[in-house]
Amino acid sequence: MAEPETTETNEGGEVRRRDFINIAAVSFAGVGAGVVALPLVSQMAPSADVLALASVEVDVSSIEVGQAIKTTWRKQPVFIRNLTPAEIAESKAVNIGELRDPATFEDRTLPGKENWLVMLGVCTHLGCIPLGAAQGEIKGEYDGYFCPCHGSHYDAAGRIRKGPAPTNLEVPEFSFVSDTVMKIG
Amino acid sequence: MIRLFGIAAGVGFVIILLYSFTFGAINFIKEPPVKAVEYQFHKHPEKPGFAHEGVLGKFDRGQLQRGLKVYQEVCAACHSMELVAFRNFEDLGFTEGQVKTIAKNWATETPSINPDTGEASSRPSLASDQIPSPYLNDVQARAANNNALPPDLSLITKARHDGTNYVYSLLTGYTDPPSDLPEENRPGTGLYYNAYFANLNIAMAPPLNSEGQVTYDDGTKATVDQMAKDVSAFLTWTAEPKLEVRKSTGLGVIGFLIVFTILAYLSYQNIWADLKAQKRKD
Amino acid sequence: MSFPWAKQYTPENEFMKWMDSRLPLPRLIYNAVGAGYPVPRNLNYFWNFGVLAGVALVIQILTGVILAMHYAANVGVAFDSVEHIMRNVNSGWLLRYAHMNGASFFFIVVYIHIFRGLFYSSYKAPREMVWLLGLVIFLLMMATAFMGYVLPWGQMSFWGAKVITGLFSAIPLVGPALQEWLLGGFSPDNATLNRFFSLHFVLPFVIAGVIILHIWALHIPGSSNPTGIEIKGKQDTIPFHPYYTAKDGFGLGVFLIFFCILTFFMPNFLGHPDNYIPANELSTPAHIVPEWYFWPFYAILRAFTFDFFFIEAKLLGVIAMFGSILLLFFLPWLDKSPVRSGHYRPVFRKFFWFGLIPCILLLGYLGGAPAEEPYVMLSQLASAYYFAHFLIILPIISMTEKPKPLPNSITESVTGKPLDATA
Repeated sequence: MAEPETTETNEGGEVRRRDFINIAAVSFAGVGAGVVALPLVSQMAPSADVLALASVEVDVSSIEVGQAIKTTWRKQPVFIRNLTPAEIAESKAVNIGELRDPATFEDRTLPGKENWLVMLGVCTHLGCIPLGAAQGEIKGEYDGYFCPCHGSHYDAAGRIRKGPAPTNLEVPEFSFVSDTVMKIG
Repeated sequence: MIRLFGIAAGVGFVIILLYSFTFGAINFIKEPPVKAVEYQFHKHPEKPGFAHEGVLGKFDRGQLQRGLKVYQEVCAACHSMELVAFRNFEDLGFTEGQVKTIAKNWATETPSINPDTGEASSRPSLASDQIPSPYLNDVQARAANNNALPPDLSLITKARHDGTNYVYSLLTGYTDPPSDLPEENRPGTGLYYNAYFANLNIAMAPPLNSEGQVTYDDGTKATVDQMAKDVSAFLTWTAEPKLEVRKSTGLGVIGFLIVFTILAYLSYQNIWADLKAQKRKD
Repeated sequence: MSFPWAKQYTPENEFMKWMDSRLPLPRLIYNAVGAGYPVPRNLNYFWNFGVLAGVALVIQILTGVILAMHYAANVGVAFDSVEHIMRNVNSGWLLRYAHMNGASFFFIVVYIHIFRGLFYSSYKAPREMVWLLGLVIFLLMMATAFMGYVLPWGQMSFWGAKVITGLFSAIPLVGPALQEWLLGGFSPDNATLNRFFSLHFVLPFVIAGVIILHIWALHIPGSSNPTGIEIKGKQDTIPFHPYYTAKDGFGLGVFLIFFCILTFFMPNFLGHPDNYIPANELSTPAHIVPEWYFWPFYAILRAFTFDFFFIEAKLLGVIAMFGSILLLFFLPWLDKSPVRSGHYRPVFRKFFWFGLIPCILLLGYLGGAPAEEPYVMLSQLASAYYFAHFLIILPIISMTEKPKPLPNSITESVTGKPLDATA
């Protein structure tokens, strides 16, 4: 194809046309290589079976007032505590201005179900599991949770009060499917 | 020297092979091999035609849903499907809620442990669970089925030659044994004649045997042929759930490659043009 | 390299100058596959397949390393982990099908590459070392492919492992002990699967290393060409880049089209359905067959059905199967014809096209057929011809044949004009 042109001369406009074809071919190859990289990279992201466990349903009917359970969500510990009226009152009374990561008690619970505190049991410092959820564990200086790794103290609502952790214990998205079944995630 | 050794070794191999060939040929002439009965009576699968076939083929979602119903109500009593999770049924066009209901109402529950006593127990399945097997293990499965193990169906259409058509043909292929079938190849007790099965006698009783065995939600008439087709399509999906994305990706990729190859060819011709010009001038 | 007229690498800017005096990697590439490598100007499309084999290895290593991120080498979960890749991992089905079919395409490309070497006698002096290293790569590839096929732990994986390691049990005295040592047990099991995974992972990098030696050895004399005659001067060569890089780019496009048609539209066409059944040590598949690329050798193995005096048929088959590959190592010294290219060797060419090629294709077909008559008798004849061709016919014709007149130079063969007219 087009050979008569190319045989005529090696100058001027002809070179531009040849360059264009070569550049087009090389850039097409480059685009192709870029697209091939997509699956090679995305394969490392969580797979479908991992994502399927992204939400769990928990029956909380057996948790007495003042007790907590540890469950897992996305392979991380979750604390679900049925708060006592005293703990609720104490948490509400805290002066928000004093907190390192200001959050009201209402920010961390669901309206109408404010006795249920759901938090990831992952210290926001470097990821250890804080103590305080199970009975008999050290609750720290603020009567909530205490992380033994580097000495972070959290209050009963899981807010950071003392120690190196930068933020409050994370509250995952959760909702009540029925009166006794809670959906996390 | 190497050549002398080579020729000697070559002559050795040739002599041994021709010696073996001669004996084989004499045997072959004296007693020509008889074709095994399985070969004479065995049939290759019928081809009823499926929506997912061909380069552009896509699954017929309605058919897959009907096929699931046939699997659920007929096959699942004996055949497990361990590689498929309930959540995968969303691909069949079910909503998240419908999938949860299917999981919860599945005839077999998911094995679990009693949280208080630690004893083996079972619970209704969740969408994220794999489909529970009807038997605890292979031993129980054999014991319940006259010592024949019902195979897991997750991959069955890929684990047989021409699998989709094979499953369809097998399900619709039960007949009385032909009159010229030798006595030793006739089905024994607990076996059924099926010309599509490798050794002609299958331990599975005809699973689809009457019209209306399954009641389809979409009002399709549940003839045996229809049920067999639907469940074959469904089992194709269970074996190859990524079939549609595979084909559509493939079309894009090949389209791209054709353009690239044309560009690469033009580029090649251009780069070689002055060499060819030189040749012409000479 | 050894051509005085080869273009010299000149660093383009300060950074490249700095680099060139410290780690002259760009110079190495320039001289190996760049403008600094003069190549005969008359190469045909058969010369594309070396580069394509390299591409196939890259595809296999890339997809393979990724599959290893998701695969679990344990007999309890290996099969399910492959299905996990197919069903749950993002684009996992694509990576796994590409790896499966990539193995087949690697062999297709390498077989055409070897075919090129056989027809154009690329194995002859001064390129014997290129040929020998190529055969080492081929052996390593076969070992890698065999172990890779075991990893999904399907029925064919298990029984393939059992049968192939069983070959070693044919060796007198040490055979059974050797088989147990290879398997790490009495039958393929967890120990087998784990060591095969480890070796399957590492051998491709060994292959890559030998490929570097293969290319190095090639660059000493430079590429051969379809006429088989020596390069006479500058006018016979063109720089590898851009001429052959452009041609290889086109070849790569065609290769990828075929590869993608299989990967996307018939991914299981070259596989065996039985490998979608989990391994079961109590049930043997009706026909155990290796992957298609082993069929010619498998046919030779099965051609030996009778004991010959004191040697068992089983041992003979094993010797012949390994012998059929090992004899290729002696090819440069079995074929002493001074002419390389098959185009100028009338007798050789007839035996090549009407003897060797049909014989290998027939062996390939027979290796996939059941072990019944008449297939066994046919494989005996075809195997006999295979050995006769390389060990008897080729040495004899290389001494007796009268070759056709060769062109005076590569340039003359391209332009059809005598050398002095172009100079």
